Amino acid sequence: MRKLRIALWGLLAAAAVAAAGLAWQASRGAPNAPVRTAGAGIAAVGGPFRLTTHEGKTLSSADLAGRPFAVFFGFTHCPDVCPTTLFELSEHLKALGPRGDDLRVLFITVDPERDTRELLATYLSSFDPRIIGLTGTREEIDAVTVAYKATYMKVRTSGDDYTMNHTASVYLMDARGRFVGVLDYQEPRETQLQKLRRLVAG
Amino acid sequence: MSNHLVGRPAAPFRRARRPSLTEALLAAALTLSAGAALAHDFRAGALTIDQPWSRATPAGAQVAGGFMTIRNAGPAEDRLIGGASEIAGRLEIHEMGVVDGVMRMRPVEQGLAIKPGEAVELKPGSYHIMFFELKRQLKQGERFKGELQFEKAGTIPVEFAVESIGAQGAGQGSGAAHQGHGG
Repeated sequence: MRKLRIALWGLLAAAAVAAAGLAWQASRGAPNAPVRTAGAGIAAVGGPFRLTTHEGKTLSSADLAGRPFAVFFGFTHCPDVCPTTLFELSEHLKALGPRGDDLRVLFITVDPERDTRELLATYLSSFDPRIIGLTGTREEIDAVTVAYKATYMKVRTSGDDYTMNHTASVYLMDARGRFVGVLDYQEPRETQLQKLRRLVAG
Repeated sequence: MSNHLVGRPAAPFRRARRPSLTEALLAAALTLSAGAALAHDFRAGALTIDQPWSRATPAGAQVAGGFMTIRNAGPAEDRLIGGASEIAGRLEIHEMGVVDGVMRMRPVEQGLAIKPGEAVELKPGSYHIMFFELKRQLKQGERFKGELQFEKAGTIPVEFAVESIGAQGAGQGSGAAHQGHGG
């Protein structure tokens, strides 16, 4: 009986150690760690990039100067988050009225192998025409995701197919290209709209 | 089977005027069609599948999601293990969630367990059917056929109702009423 009790306590201790290990690993791997700030509270999110629009033009971060913008990372082989987010961003642009013209909304693919310029153009025809689709080489996409501290990862499905995990938040950047916050995928639509109103009001 | 029952009811009913076979069949057909139109659910054995729905897809999209509630009234666990649809090259059962701002997707490898007496909801931000290799763009208001394969109940034919591109639930139309997402 006593041996059994000792054995059970031993098991419990082992389980606790394992759980702590898992928790530590999870926290270490958490991709959305608090935004690090550099110097005087300037968030270290965002930075220079150069990509190709769904219309075949080159767009660099310098071209965005002077107007606020929103950045969403996704891909077209995405059943839920991406079409939902693009739909909601379209609704927000409509709700902003003419002020919506002051906001540039960027949809950057994390799946450039499949998301060609042509496919992005077709896909975006179902959403607000002000949304700009961006693709590039794998290196160019990696550079912009690193700059925005966005994550993505290929997940194998059956056969040779894959889907992707990716940052689902929409980054909000002011007219000087500074990070000011995110639209959270889970927050109410009205909260998102208020954030966008504040962003375009400058 | 059903003809046999209608044609030869148990003895106590013989004295009363019983409905003719035509009347009985007509009544049954009306009940069935009304039920299908209102509840839009599908049954096989112990399982009921409530309101399978999907969303209109953007032009050029190669994938779509499928959602529904599966209830198990039986005494034994069953598992959703696969299926097929006229609109897709293939389908898989996936689980999705947004954790720390990151959308994570994973195939449900061993099938989705439906425990006895319980219901499992396939919904945006959670378990869902993932349609791959879409054969056409899905338009709001249409319906398409599919079949779901269960370990015990076998294959159940269902019909998916296509909601708007931003819908968060079955029968929501524009989806404009929702307040935030489930996950």
